[in-house]
Amino acid sequence: MRLEPNWTDEKIENAVANLLRAGVLLAALIVLIGACLYLVRHGHSPVDYRVFRGEPADLRGVRGIIHDTMSLRGRGIIQLGLLLLIATPVARVALSVFGFAKEGDRMYVVFTVIVFSILVYSLLGS
Amino acid sequence: MTVLTFSLLVCASSLIAGLVGALTGLGGGVVLVPLLTLFFKVDIRYAIGASLVSVIATSSGAAAAYVKEGFSNIRIGMFLEIATTLGALLGANLAARASTHAIAIIFGVALLFSAYFSRRPRSQAEREVPRDRLATRLRLNGSFPDVDGVRSYNVQNVPAGWSLMFVAGALSGLLGIGSGAMKVLAMDQAMKIPFKASTTTSNFMIGVTAAASAGVYLSRGYVDPGLAMPVMLGVLAGSLLGARILVRLHTKWLRLGFSVVIVLLALEMLYNGFSGRI
Repeated sequence: MRLEPNWTDEKIENAVANLLRAGVLLAALIVLIGACLYLVRHGHSPVDYRVFRGEPADLRGVRGIIHDTMSLRGRGIIQLGLLLLIATPVARVALSVFGFAKEGDRMYVVFTVIVFSILVYSLLGS
Repeated sequence: MTVLTFSLLVCASSLIAGLVGALTGLGGGVVLVPLLTLFFKVDIRYAIGASLVSVIATSSGAAAAYVKEGFSNIRIGMFLEIATTLGALLGANLAARASTHAIAIIFGVALLFSAYFSRRPRSQAEREVPRDRLATRLRLNGSFPDVDGVRSYNVQNVPAGWSLMFVAGALSGLLGIGSGAMKVLAMDQAMKIPFKASTTTSNFMIGVTAAASAGVYLSRGYVDPGLAMPVMLGVLAGSLLGARILVRLHTKWLRLGFSVVIVLLALEMLYNGFSGRI
């Protein structure tokens, strides 16, 4: 990639900070919307987390979560927000690859690509 | 208890955990799981799943503030994240095989370690160390803003720090915590990075480490939206608040108080683990 002398550490840091803030705030907003729906509908139901049952299949994968969100289920929308939250650090690492490449720092491009590959493997490999 | 009462109580407790976690650099996750399992009687697997996602929120929320302040060294963070994410993958896979009693016991031991290391006298502010060859080649030496201008620092013992980071990542994946104490230990004690830069870089790395194992937990059905929601929102609000007051706060007494709480929770976790209650 072309070396741009005006692309500095400070610029990368600012871009990373903005991405993190946007990702987390958007995730929190979606969780909050889901929370309102969930609490309005199920707020007075009894709660019990003593026994571990595991989540139903639709709350375990991207496709099921999107399906539940489309049908405006509170728990599905919350899970979508959580999924976005998990994706935020992954996006941050992807952005850093770009940043280090712009800076012409090949060694750190390699390091960052390694971290990114591990993250993608963990998310898709399981 | 109804869903509404439960959510409000869990949210309030998580807010305090997130606030103190951000202020001490030890992370809220370390007290979240004991809090949920001991006081709210939540199964430890649900607690770990909820803790893990909220750890990402704590880290990312606070890191956004720190990065702009210039406290975090992005290169140190990225280099060490290779170790923490590999460790996290290992930890998340171990978690599927370990019994809940074993996890509770390991959790108790990890809590005792964080309390012990948070009480160790931390390195003096005026510490001057020579440039290390490997650290210089890896461009790890950095600087951060201090009371009297910008302070630069040299990094030492890279292999030891990297190995400790791998262990920190494994614990994070196994227990659903950020492993902040161990990350700070690796940077502050082993690599001789100034304490403030260590805590903020640690916070910055925690999110990536947790994301490496969070996907595994989600697909395994350990992440319950009804539980993770109040935990995540509470912790996030607390950590954002904490990041705002970190710069001007004297952390000595806070760290002392927090480590006392951690020791008590550790003993309770060990007791419950050994007696088979968790």
